[in-house]
Amino acid sequence: MSQALVQVKDLSIGYHNKRGKLVYVLKNINLTIQPGETVGLVGESGSGKSTLGQAMLGYLRAGSKVKEGSVDFASHSMFALNDRQLESIRGGEIALIPQNAGKSLTPTIRVGEQIIETLLYKTKHTKETARKRMLELIAQVRLPHPEVIAQRYPHELSGGQQQRVAVAMALAGEPKMLVLDEPTTGLDVTTQAHILELLRDIVSKLGTAMMYISHDMGVIARVSDRVVIMYAGEIVEDSASKEIFNSPAHPYARGLLESIPRLALNGIPNSMPGQPPIPGTLLGCSFAPRCKFATDKCTSEAPQLHQMPNSARLIRCHHWEQVIAADFSQELHQVFHTVQHNTQDKSAIELENVRISYHKSDWLDRIQNKPQPPATVDDITLNIRRGETMALVGESGSGKSTIVRALSGLLGTQGGSMKFLYENLNLKVDNRPLELCRRIQLIFQNPDASLNPRHMVAEILDQPLKLYFPSMNRDQRRARQVELLERVRLDSRYRLRYPGQLSGGEKQRIAIARAFAAEPEVVLCDEVTSALDVSVQAAVLDLLAELQQEKKTTYIIIAHDLAVVKAIADRVAVLYQGRLCEVGAVNKIYAPPFHPYTETLLGAVLEPDPDTQPKLLANDTPELAPPAQGCPFQRRCPHHLGDICNTVAPPWQSPKDSPEHKIRCHIPLKELEVKQKEAMSE
Amino acid sequence: MIENTDSKGVMKRRSPLLETWDNLRRSWGGMIGLALILAHFFIAIISPAIVPHDPLEMDSKNRSALPSWEHPFGTDKLGRDVFSRSIVGGRVSIAVTLAATLLALTWGGLAGILLGFLGGWVDEFAMRVVDALLAIPWLLVLLIIVSAFGTDAWIQALTFGFTYGYTIIRVARAATLDYVTHDFILAARARGERKSTVVLKELLPNVRDVLMVDGAMNWSWMLLGFSSLSFLGFGVPPPTPDWGYMIAINREILATQPWSVFGPALMLSTLIVGINLFADAFAKAMGLDRSQGAPI
Repeated sequence: MSQALVQVKDLSIGYHNKRGKLVYVLKNINLTIQPGETVGLVGESGSGKSTLGQAMLGYLRAGSKVKEGSVDFASHSMFALNDRQLESIRGGEIALIPQNAGKSLTPTIRVGEQIIETLLYKTKHTKETARKRMLELIAQVRLPHPEVIAQRYPHELSGGQQQRVAVAMALAGEPKMLVLDEPTTGLDVTTQAHILELLRDIVSKLGTAMMYISHDMGVIARVSDRVVIMYAGEIVEDSASKEIFNSPAHPYARGLLESIPRLALNGIPNSMPGQPPIPGTLLGCSFAPRCKFATDKCTSEAPQLHQMPNSARLIRCHHWEQVIAADFSQELHQVFHTVQHNTQDKSAIELENVRISYHKSDWLDRIQNKPQPPATVDDITLNIRRGETMALVGESGSGKSTIVRALSGLLGTQGGSMKFLYENLNLKVDNRPLELCRRIQLIFQNPDASLNPRHMVAEILDQPLKLYFPSMNRDQRRARQVELLERVRLDSRYRLRYPGQLSGGEKQRIAIARAFAAEPEVVLCDEVTSALDVSVQAAVLDLLAELQQEKKTTYIIIAHDLAVVKAIADRVAVLYQGRLCEVGAVNKIYAPPFHPYTETLLGAVLEPDPDTQPKLLANDTPELAPPAQGCPFQRRCPHHLGDICNTVAPPWQSPKDSPEHKIRCHIPLKELEVKQKEAMSE
Repeated sequence: MIENTDSKGVMKRRSPLLETWDNLRRSWGGMIGLALILAHFFIAIISPAIVPHDPLEMDSKNRSALPSWEHPFGTDKLGRDVFSRSIVGGRVSIAVTLAATLLALTWGGLAGILLGFLGGWVDEFAMRVVDALLAIPWLLVLLIIVSAFGTDAWIQALTFGFTYGYTIIRVARAATLDYVTHDFILAARARGERKSTVVLKELLPNVRDVLMVDGAMNWSWMLLGFSSLSFLGFGVPPPTPDWGYMIAINREILATQPWSVFGPALMLSTLIVGINLFADAFAKAMGLDRSQGAPI
């Protein structure tokens, strides 16, 4: 074996809380990374993965201390170095690419200058050569027109472009190792897929080692040779990527992989009950309370990370042999379950030629007779049936949130009509009758933001009850709160907690309970699971499906994750730049023929399976405004026909066998189907 | 998530205010500040009963006396006991400024939250008015109002409450803008809650911390402002003892008898230092000061 690049030995990191008690964040971490190796580091929030990533650079959060152990990087003992020595290594031999590149670039310096600065400081380049190298680097991360990009300030670039600049900057110091902390979280799926391909290419070309931290198993499957899974501050499994995705040996790894919605399978995956303990507080195995394989040995004796016989795999479990004995792919098919929907033919919500624009023309525009820019959302005609789940899908800027905001009355419309049964939804919320407000409820993406941190759960649930059911007295409301909590499977003691004392999944359950307190007929869900850990995501999806079955609620959901959509939606509407591209039943949308944009989105989905490859079709250059005429997707379309796409608005087409499925494209569907089937079989 | 669990990993019920008090108790500065404030309250309340001399009594034989056992801080040029006057001299200023602080917090706070919530041209217009008001030197504003309406305690309380209120508007508005885009406000609006409910039930509890800290700081500025007015002769009408006024009349003998100014200055400064220490620690205890923040 060659000399290891990184050697983490028995590393324990902790901090003292306000009461002076030592709280561990990492416990006994042992990890070796070889030069040129790409390691994926996976875990739920709070598992210590970011702390470990930062420790690689010899960085500790304020207040944290190394309690034990060491991190050796290329013959430096990182925690024994002084600040000056660390400074010379960081950004040079080892570089970090953080989650939000937009915030890590200096806003007042042009990006080209920032890269040059790194070059001058970290390499032997002179001012003249550095400039040339900077342009090379920008070209290397596949940004178009390096000279132009170099002159831009960070805020003039899109999120994906900023992240590319961050990669270029990290590469400037010619590092032996890159640490990437969720660098694509928050980016669109297509942008994410492009950046991951770029990273893969660069790393293999330059022989740079890479540690990729993420909660997204699909991303990890795409970029890493080896996967390290963390749970409660410990490494529980460390195996080659293929092995871990095809036959996970640790019960936690298995549970995690079973809880991810997949395109290849139908329905909602399994969920993992419970939540992780504070590292180092349990006598036995940290995962034992949530583990179905747990025995008395597990609760009394902590397992050590050990090597499997005849393999390089490392595992921290007493019963791994039993776990690995069950066939994983078979198990996967068993855990996915579908929920029966009772959709009625009557429509609940009808949208007709809806048009929403944020643009307000002022008097100066009117005097100059300036043409109005194209509306943010235009020409939306959709029928949503009672009891069905309609998913709105698209990248950021596709107008899906705008439509939902308009339906909830937070935004006004500029044209067309929105109806709920016979009620007019074009009214803004202040003008709607209270009864109408009650019947349409909204659940937000991030429960941290949608629950008032100063209100106890009881107060949060009380608000809709007080507002919509003024005849209820205190005791009745209290009884109803308990009932609602039970409905979302939370104990009644949760009434007296503040949101800050709940986990992410629990908070989202409270948000769901609040929406259902109003006894709504329509619930608008804005990315309800995307802020949650995968292990609780499935449970929330299950809960929503169950509630729908029981109350016959109509759902309109927004999601960017097509696998999640596939798990719960009945029908899907694909939006691009505020225009509808395709509408159809969920099983039709996921098979050809589909709209070229749907094809692009599906191609960018990263499955938690290292054997599947994304198909990158369109470029990921974001568009800020829809084109003035023609097809909205004209500039990125992989099947662009020519002039007709740029000038004539495409017609709606339906396949003969399914008139409900509508695609808006100039290409005849037969032709589209042949092209797309060919592309898929490649 | 991690901090509030007991040994069994079960979460304890803790209100944010209790949490704040818990943090505050751990701060030396905060506790010293609180002790100073409480001591001043106590002295102000009981002082008439414990003064060794009548603070108004003029001992014509004993004018500008040196400190002695009988007169620990000496006497002023009219022969009044400086010590007695010092401990009584805070009664009016503390009462007036405290009432004014509450007034300023109420109107400034509510106006600021409302402006932040409403936005638009109302906000734009009101904030320009506030900017214009802030551009006038505060002492001048106070002098004009007091000389026009007199120096009654309630007029002074109203004046201070009004003039310091518009600095609080800015703070309350800025704090509100942090929250107004949060989804819980959108959620309340989408539910169809009334605007007053959103302001009082959703925004106020979140802005409250910032307001309380700012209120404490404003209180100390008001004390200084009130003493300045007194110093200029527009404060409490003589002969009622007041710190600012005492400093003003004893300033002529400052060179020869510094202790005559020392008494009121000591009282005033200990109270202001106390308020500042407390406000600082209070802000940190509520997590408003991020520079000292512990991890997680």
